[in-house]
Amino acid sequence: MKKLLLATALTALGAGVVAADPVRIATEGAYEPYNLINDKGELDGFEIVLGNELCKRAGLECIFVKNDWDSIIPNLQSGNYDAIMAGMSITDERREKIAFSENYTQPAPSSYAAMSPDTPLDSGVISAQTGTIQAAHVAASGAKLLEFATPDETIAAVRNGQAAAVMADEDYLLSQIGDGLEIIGDDVLLGDGIGIGLRKSDTELKAKFDAAIQSMKADGSLNKLTDEWFDGNYTPF
Amino acid sequence: MFEFCADPKTIEGLSWLSCYLTTPKHMEFYFSFLTVMALLLVTAPAALAFGFGGAMAARSHIAPIRWLGKIYTAMVRGVPDIVFFLFFVIALDQGIEWLMHQVRCPDWSEPIRQGLEFRVCPAAKVPPNNASLFVHQSYAFLLAVLTFAIVFGAFAANVLKGAMDAVPRAQIETAEAYGLSPRQTFRRILVPQMWTYALPGLSNLWLILIKATPLLFLLGIQDIVYWARELGGSKSARFDYPHGDWRLYYFLGLLVFYLALTRVSEIGLGRLTRRLSHGQATRAGETLRKDAA
Repeated sequence: MKKLLLATALTALGAGVVAADPVRIATEGAYEPYNLINDKGELDGFEIVLGNELCKRAGLECIFVKNDWDSIIPNLQSGNYDAIMAGMSITDERREKIAFSENYTQPAPSSYAAMSPDTPLDSGVISAQTGTIQAAHVAASGAKLLEFATPDETIAAVRNGQAAAVMADEDYLLSQIGDGLEIIGDDVLLGDGIGIGLRKSDTELKAKFDAAIQSMKADGSLNKLTDEWFDGNYTPF
Repeated sequence: MFEFCADPKTIEGLSWLSCYLTTPKHMEFYFSFLTVMALLLVTAPAALAFGFGGAMAARSHIAPIRWLGKIYTAMVRGVPDIVFFLFFVIALDQGIEWLMHQVRCPDWSEPIRQGLEFRVCPAAKVPPNNASLFVHQSYAFLLAVLTFAIVFGAFAANVLKGAMDAVPRAQIETAEAYGLSPRQTFRRILVPQMWTYALPGLSNLWLILIKATPLLFLLGIQDIVYWARELGGSKSARFDYPHGDWRLYYFLGLLVFYLALTRVSEIGLGRLTRRLSHGQATRAGETLRKDAA
């Protein structure tokens, strides 16, 4: 347990200035390829590599710590760590509680799936998972929203005729199509991508991370890193 | 660990398995068994102490102390464990830091509560931000022990209070007739006799405590269930040892561990029950007396 995070932390010690107090970054370690625990028992993944590079550019000393998803925002506010990099999408609801850095991934594309290609998408009944950005999008689109607690119920609703179409993350829908169910219409970009979660009062840290993310966007290294971890399946900046 | 493990993709069969089971990640898994056992061994006496205090308070003749004892058991028992572990620990941590802040940074001008945020001066952070990971882990472990002790102490308090009330009134009366003070009566007559009534309830609590350790992950401690889920989940080719969903096997392993622990506990508790029943005015005590005669 001791060595668990040390190695990832040590790689963060770039040649730059070493700040007095290390910046502690929380992650979940359970959302491949964003963050995961490798065979050495260390934290690894796109966000760990990215976070270490960002800290190097910002001249910060960083340590990654593991934290459960359920308590990840309360522990940030309570000051047990200083930042969150755990595949957390920037949404208005979360913005009320914490601040976000600039996004380091593009918004994930959402799309519709239905049993027939000419199903209208701005009327009729469309299913979506409760509390998601897709549900909010459907409710605003003029169609009648039918909510379900789990993603597979939303698919089942279309298959058994309860709903005319379903809206969800495209990655998820791609794994569910077949047997007549197909993706229709264009991709919709929802949300604002994934960003670093920060305390609202830490404006200085936010400025440093924003600058580092901008520099990685500018020299193309962010696109390169994303490409490496997502096997070319991503939207470049 | 072994030399032939250098390139895991080329080996197979038993040597693959032996490499797989000795990865550093698996070592963390084996280490977590020790963490869980340590937690149980420290928490059980601590919870018993909280329970004993709670039971004594709830039976006190002084009204405010009695209310305190009753409020403690009623409140903690009424709050779901998961809520308690999510919010009580954060509140406890903030409470400690608030105290440290008052002591170390009396000149701090900014408010500690800023909306939803809690900000104390850097010197008041417990543990300090630049402390080693080991210190952070130990602190989390201590918070875990304290939280478990408070939660299980409330249940134990009720069990012990019931056991104290169950000791026959005649025994106390006899003690009084012999001229023992209330304190002596409590220590020499009531407490030695109450264990036999408390043990069934306490053994239940012990077995529930054994199974409650997955709540540790909410406190940032990785226990055996966490590692079993993490190791058993399917691993893509990104990992050195790709495999499918093996959670079933890992959980079967945990099942064996829990069953073994339960069995050992049952044997131990059985012996303890027998010992404590000696000379008691209960059916078990009477049976023991007849067998001996």
